[in-house]
Amino acid sequence: MQSQTSQSSPVVDTERVFHVQNTDYYYGSNLAVRGVNLEIPGNKITAFIGPSGCGKSTALRCFNRLNDLIPSAHIKGRITYRGVDIYDKQVDPIELRRRIGMVFQKPNPFPKSIYDNIAFGARINGYQGDMDELIERSLKASALWDEVKDKLQNSGLSISGGQQQRLCIARAIAIEPEVILMDEPCSALDPISTLKIEELMHELKENYTIIIVTHNMQQASRVSDKTAFFNAEATEKGGKVGYLVEYDDTQKIFSDPQQEQTRDYVSGRFG
Amino acid sequence: MTDSVLPQSLGDSARGDRWKPNRSLSKLTQKLIVLLFGAFAFVSVATTIGIVLTLIFETIEFFLEVSPWEFFTGTRWSPTFANPRFGIIVLLCGTFLTSVIGLLVAVPLGLLSAVCLSEYAPRSLRAWLKPALEILAGVPTVVFGYFALLMVTPFLKTFIPGLSTFNSLSAGLVLGFAVLPTIASLSEDAIFAVPLSLRQGSYALGATKRETVTGVVLPAALSGIVASIVLGVARAVGETMIVTLAAGQSPTLTLDPRSAVQTMTSFIVQITKGDAPYGSIEFKTLFAVGMTLFVITLVLNFFSFWFVRRFQEKYE
Repeated sequence: MQSQTSQSSPVVDTERVFHVQNTDYYYGSNLAVRGVNLEIPGNKITAFIGPSGCGKSTALRCFNRLNDLIPSAHIKGRITYRGVDIYDKQVDPIELRRRIGMVFQKPNPFPKSIYDNIAFGARINGYQGDMDELIERSLKASALWDEVKDKLQNSGLSISGGQQQRLCIARAIAIEPEVILMDEPCSALDPISTLKIEELMHELKENYTIIIVTHNMQQASRVSDKTAFFNAEATEKGGKVGYLVEYDDTQKIFSDPQQEQTRDYVSGRFG
Repeated sequence: MTDSVLPQSLGDSARGDRWKPNRSLSKLTQKLIVLLFGAFAFVSVATTIGIVLTLIFETIEFFLEVSPWEFFTGTRWSPTFANPRFGIIVLLCGTFLTSVIGLLVAVPLGLLSAVCLSEYAPRSLRAWLKPALEILAGVPTVVFGYFALLMVTPFLKTFIPGLSTFNSLSAGLVLGFAVLPTIASLSEDAIFAVPLSLRQGSYALGATKRETVTGVVLPAALSGIVASIVLGVARAVGETMIVTLAAGQSPTLTLDPRSAVQTMTSFIVQITKGDAPYGSIEFKTLFAVGMTLFVITLVLNFFSFWFVRRFQEKYE
């Protein structure tokens, strides 16, 4: 990957982790999101907000090419990761996903022990170091260590939903990615677990770039540095197509948005 | 409304006479339905209990004549001879041999086809291959039996020296193909039911398809896979026509797959084919052998039940 990166792009982009240029997202022939232009800064938290069906999850899942699992999904346009086009034929999505971790809407720990949930990703990626140490470090980084250190051999499904989600975060950061994508990570959690995850995100952004999709506008305003507001409009065929309305510093989006739609949305007038 | 103890609703005057539910009739219907379904359920439970009781009583009768010591340790089986011997080990050995050969075919092939169908085959191919597999499970086993005797055995004879016309190898191989659809179809269900979210979680960590299948999907489906294998074992042990036709009727204590053996099931066929008079020792032997089969499958079922309960993961 390293050599490939330098081959295909001599100029490595350090400021922008992702650069989405005029990209359309499709499922088959259906246009799901149109014309997105976006720059994701490093070591910041960027939030994607918007009503249901506006395509914010679709946009998120293209950053690690997880949408490749849906055979009909494809994009038109260009998404670069530190200057490299991630949809280039030379890019192996497996390699890409190792660099760009992901946390899902519903906690999805594997039906393995807490220990093996984290060790799985490390093993498949050829981790050579001390496994026990990696497990401890990852669980500490996800603020879960004190709660599970005595039951690492228990099933990952035996802990509470909030703990499961932090286990999934531990699993993601164990393989030392550069970016963590979070797809509504708190929507299945209670307020206290949510708060813990939000505090965790603040700590994580020192080392990682985080992109979070959320339905919760308070959450976006609390945790993020930049906010992208997506909206959807009806098409002639009866479907919906999403588009990026406004993208700016979170503070600006919530206090002084430039677009009427954004103002209506963040003030709770629709959505 | 008269039999209701609830207070009269406040808006009653406004509602007028438009609502007159016949509560006593609904209650009667409800009782009748419960009675009817209860009776149906009782018939099936009673039948099972009846069968088990018959087995137990006739087996007790059998053991009044034959010592359990001889039954479990004897090494010869000849209940119809003038000098009868009752070493069940001989029949157990026959059943064991054909079942093990069968499972050596059915378990690896069944699991591989399940993984292939669920994870690698395109959806369109799966849509018609899976029903085809289930049709294979519906082929009458007597057909498999003749196939073993008339096609497989002659073919095996061409390159295996000393293979007798009736042999456990041919019977076991074909038995394996008869059990294969059960294992394949049920394991496939278990593998296919593993939630997409787990696969996505694995891919998101940079796992390849193979790593996802072997590291996440198969362990998650383990309880269902084991249940399918146990069911396959129970089917192999209880399978009758294939082993009767292809493995022979000679009770021999051997582990040589080339020679003829008799299984528990084919012994039962042999005796019921002839006319064992009611109350004779042959007649009672039937039940003792039947009881042994029943206990084996019961133990397998208990194991499967326990394993599924112990290892099944609950997903939302």
